[in-house]
Amino acid sequence: MRNFITLVTGLIFGIGLIMSGMTNPAKVQNFLDFFGNWDPSLALVMGGAIFITMPGFWLVQKRKSPFFEKLFHFPTKSDLDFRLLLGAAIFGIGWGLGGFCPGPAITSILTGSKGTFLFVMTMILGMVLAKSLVVTLERNRDV
Amino acid sequence: METEFTPLSSLVGGMLIGISAVILLITNGRIAGISGIVSRILPPSIHRSELSQGLLFIAGLILAIPTWYFIDGGMPVQFVSNNYLVLSIAGLLVGFGAVFGNGCTSGHGVCGISRMSTRSIVATSVFMTTSFLTVLFLRHGL
Repeated sequence: MRNFITLVTGLIFGIGLIMSGMTNPAKVQNFLDFFGNWDPSLALVMGGAIFITMPGFWLVQKRKSPFFEKLFHFPTKSDLDFRLLLGAAIFGIGWGLGGFCPGPAITSILTGSKGTFLFVMTMILGMVLAKSLVVTLERNRDV
Repeated sequence: METEFTPLSSLVGGMLIGISAVILLITNGRIAGISGIVSRILPPSIHRSELSQGLLFIAGLILAIPTWYFIDGGMPVQFVSNNYLVLSIAGLLVGFGAVFGNGCTSGHGVCGISRMSTRSIVATSVFMTTSFLTVLFLRHGL
């Protein structure tokens, strides 16, 4: 049951990304292009999602635990560190350059587009590199 | 390529993303941050306890295109650049940046903002600014 629910949850997320237009890199770049043919659609994607998650998360957090786990796994960091700022800045450059963020890129992997496939492969490589760097940084800090 | 303003489908699509994030939190207790879900099952330091649920969520994402095709009878409109070098660099930066900065559009931009996390609000402002500047440079050469 749990496995089926997780699969369908991913499917709903993917359908949402497609319907909203997030899987079209041109639409993302047009949202970011205020001085061109600006397409404000993506503001509504974010707005529509937050309209559900803000009250939804608040209600869910009234529970002591989720259905299938002992505890909620919320991010624990609260300080603004160098990693957060540099990572977000680099992420934004890539997002603007390719028009894909991780969810829409993975969702689009079966469309047969070579460019999309290539993007997902280098994205995974970038993730592995970042993880390796974080492991090294944390090891050096602890020494 | 020009795209049309699609207020209704973008709003409803966004709401579906939100519904999925709420379901993931109440069932698995996880934040629906795609870069987090993907990176936690990548080397080094694979989180074995998250492997099966992570893979199932990703499988659900990948099934969305075939499902869409089955219902709609056509592929969704996508215009992907044919400059493979630029796309490869973009992918590398997106993957590296999202993991180094602990989140992407979904984790920081939707879930983090909904939780009023200062880190996510700052991260979203930063990546919105650099993505805007990148497109400005790319298209208008400024």
